[in-house]
Amino acid sequence: MGGANGAEQKDLRVIGKPHRKVDAASKVTGQTKYADDLVFPRMLYTKILRSTVPHGRILKLDASKAESYPGVKLVLLGKDLPIPYGALPVSEDEHPLAIGKVRMMGDPVAAVAAVDEDVATEALDLIDVEYELLPAISSIQAALDTPEPRIHEYGEFGNIHRRQVYEFGDVEAGFAEADFIREDITFYEGSTHLALEQHASVAQFGHDGKLTLWTCTQDPHYLHRSLAKVLGLPQNRVRVIATTNGGGFGGKCDPFAHEIIVSKLAMMTGRPVKICLTREEIFYCHRGRHPVLMSTKTGFKKDGAITAMHHRTILDGGAYGGHGVASTFYTGVLQPTTYQIKRYKFEAVRVFTNKAPCGPKRGHGTPQPRFAQEIQMDKIAEQLGLDPAEMRRKHLVPPNSLTVNWLRIGTMGLGKCIDKVVEGSNWRERFRKLPYGKGIGLACSGYMTGAGTPIYWNGMPHSGVQLKLDRSGGVTVFCGSTDIGQGSDSILAYIVAEVLGIDPFDIRVVTADTDLTPVDLGSYSSRVTLMTGNAAIQAAERAKQMLIQAVSAKLGVPADRLLFADRRVSDRENPEKGMTFVEAVWLAETQFGTLGTVGSYKPAAAPGKFKGAGVGPSPAYSYSAAVAEVEVNPETGIVVVPRVWIAHDIGQCINPVLAIGQIEGSVYMGLGEALMEEMTYRGNRKMVHKFPSFLEYKSPTTMEMCDVISYLIEDRDSNGPFGAKEAGQGPQLPVPPAIANAIYDAVGVRIDEVPITPDKVLKAIRAKAKGQEGRYGPTVFPHCDMPASIFVPTPEEGGDGKAVERQPVLA
Amino acid sequence: MKPTKKRNNRKPEKAQVCLRVNGEPVEVAFAPHKTLLEVLREDLALTGTKHGCELGECGCCAVLVDGRPVLSCLVLAVTLEGHEVVTVEGMAEGAKLHPLQEAFAELGAAQCGYCTPGFLLTAKVLLEETPQPSRERIKKALAGNICRCTGYIKIFQAVELAAARMAGKPAEPSKESIYGWR
Repeated sequence: MGGANGAEQKDLRVIGKPHRKVDAASKVTGQTKYADDLVFPRMLYTKILRSTVPHGRILKLDASKAESYPGVKLVLLGKDLPIPYGALPVSEDEHPLAIGKVRMMGDPVAAVAAVDEDVATEALDLIDVEYELLPAISSIQAALDTPEPRIHEYGEFGNIHRRQVYEFGDVEAGFAEADFIREDITFYEGSTHLALEQHASVAQFGHDGKLTLWTCTQDPHYLHRSLAKVLGLPQNRVRVIATTNGGGFGGKCDPFAHEIIVSKLAMMTGRPVKICLTREEIFYCHRGRHPVLMSTKTGFKKDGAITAMHHRTILDGGAYGGHGVASTFYTGVLQPTTYQIKRYKFEAVRVFTNKAPCGPKRGHGTPQPRFAQEIQMDKIAEQLGLDPAEMRRKHLVPPNSLTVNWLRIGTMGLGKCIDKVVEGSNWRERFRKLPYGKGIGLACSGYMTGAGTPIYWNGMPHSGVQLKLDRSGGVTVFCGSTDIGQGSDSILAYIVAEVLGIDPFDIRVVTADTDLTPVDLGSYSSRVTLMTGNAAIQAAERAKQMLIQAVSAKLGVPADRLLFADRRVSDRENPEKGMTFVEAVWLAETQFGTLGTVGSYKPAAAPGKFKGAGVGPSPAYSYSAAVAEVEVNPETGIVVVPRVWIAHDIGQCINPVLAIGQIEGSVYMGLGEALMEEMTYRGNRKMVHKFPSFLEYKSPTTMEMCDVISYLIEDRDSNGPFGAKEAGQGPQLPVPPAIANAIYDAVGVRIDEVPITPDKVLKAIRAKAKGQEGRYGPTVFPHCDMPASIFVPTPEEGGDGKAVERQPVLA
Repeated sequence: MKPTKKRNNRKPEKAQVCLRVNGEPVEVAFAPHKTLLEVLREDLALTGTKHGCELGECGCCAVLVDGRPVLSCLVLAVTLEGHEVVTVEGMAEGAKLHPLQEAFAELGAAQCGYCTPGFLLTAKVLLEETPQPSRERIKKALAGNICRCTGYIKIFQAVELAAARMAGKPAEPSKESIYGWR
């Protein structure tokens, strides 16, 4: 499997060309059905009573008045759903409704099913709850300082959820080789997905004992497993249909309490049950960007070569595990994918706090360390008197190599990306040469194209595709993948159309339905195009082989001379000799019977063999470089970003207009995180979210969005379908550090945390005017007891990717 | 997190309103506290109109009332007796898409598609009032609509493309908007 990646670039007819999305017409006419658009006869509506305290024991919970309220059908409590769940098997620490204890403001406590939303809302008021308040933990420091009471009874100790320590080569020996060493402490604030669609789900339970859940999930397969487990149903009695997602960005990856609640209510009432969360509730469901405090100590030579890096992170996880263990790995494992790092030590800690749980948001755990690394690179270049673009260019990870932490890099287009944005932005004429208040900054990044391992261990494919060819000449593609707006349904159509020589709109796409479609693991980790694409190529090539056999025999043309193009199968050397695609399908069906094929994709095994080596490996890594231009008003501290130049190494774009759309959307989200977006809580007011609304949670509008000059760098990767790598997440990563670096160029101050709000800029400018350090950011990295490193010799040092007993350091 | 909505009077009283929706006369009965958004979606099955906040903050639910864009989540439907409402379902003329719909489809300006109806209708009014708007004018007109997918750029380009075509020019998207810069 894998490696099947189609034709020569010059022969491509569909791939690489702009096409409408298969769902474009329905989306621009309002015909697309999202979860809250579904209505069923006798449908009940659900509202959830949520905790009004950040941390407490439930002393009393009496729903009897609500139960007898007219129009209420059922009130569900924690005891009705005793089985815990969670996105990752290692942290199944959630219950759909609180059992005994609440861990955050907004924790679900009870759920009412009623004839309409108003009755359900009114009934919530009749539920009597009393809490015994427990001390609440609001920050990383508080979590480290407050081992008791514990938010969870599992984890490392106290309120520390997880610790990870890896050392690749002897990092102290690396520092000893350095000409200079610097340590920078940075902070990246949490932010949320803010998808426009309010989370909604509808469940139906049939008298045949089968449950169907329509819901806006990015990962129907994982949800399928969680639902069956918590509801105590065999998996083959559960069907999850992921409705078109009104935006995902990682916010719909976790299995959610409300999805389980409506399912249980449907089972108990025998009626369809719907829920649609309010925007405020979504802020508390969250699962977005972790706030991360980072210390990056780097040893480097006079030319900027990195001899060693010791990178430490502490993540504020919020109240639950979710994907947090993976997020924790991601704050370190992809650091070595851009520049050569000779030895690398990575320590990470995730703490629990009494706030909305964090998890995967676009870039999952990597925008934070990329910010730390890329602003440090700018400082290193400054310290050495080198041009930051040239310095980076000089020390790139080579293509087809292993990184210090055993990640296998294939194609590596970062050098070309840097060249493009340097040229496009007129970097050499402008860097450090613009008048005070105007600046330009550069940053780079690498990202993975799909996680190399699934969330639960198994040896099966990560993506499956079934193909049905029918007598109309139509082809139906069945795949479990979920379109969250990125265009994954369309990618399937383009790829199958390319292989079979038909039009993408001859193809019907059936996706994201656990009854009808083979498993695809979901829309996360930028995996969909590569994995479903390879599975689709395999299925389509198998179908093509059947058509070739039938047509070749009929026409007497050798199989390798048959060309599939323009809805015809013909002799490449004598194009007149051929038949229509429909005729070819008839011939093949006559010969073989009903036509159908399957395709699968599973990534190759990772080279690293140490415990934890499963996070980070990917079939291919994408690269991006960005230059941001800023205007800083030194009187107000307001930062305006007029323009960003960004080059993205995509391998091969399947559809350029969609790829550019992903890049522009990534720049947008990076701009928001850089300048304004933050999840903040009123610490002194029981950790209520400060602004759980669209109006007050500031995100860029049309007025703040910058111009984007995008460049697609194409260098086909042998693991990608037609050579394609991802575009959905990677291009966001260089944007915040590029903006921070540009601010330094503009006004000479370092803002070492995001969001870079005007008050922080002003503070730094004023400090500098007083002769103090012109910097705003954290100054202390707190202590946490850490276990011994998992020590792995680097590929350069030899070894087989396994951890070893640490050898004593030579004096 | 207190429930925000309360209805004390639960007598089965329904308001009855006659209005025009997408060019057709409609008579609809509904609980009098309902917003236009709710009546469109729940009582008229016009689910093309979306909601992202139900508080007038995101622009998803924009529809046209008497040719002006309004946030349907903030309008009580009882106030619309005799008024004219246009939703995204009423934008196409028969099988022919509105030039804005064509341009949005062509440029991938609808990614997840959830904010799209609000953008389309707001842009429709913009182009009726300002047939050849500058980029600045487009930004201002659409500033009340939030999109989290596109970074707005494909939306701006689509509005410009539709404007050119509506002025009778055989416009095509720029190469850069499709392939990026070279």
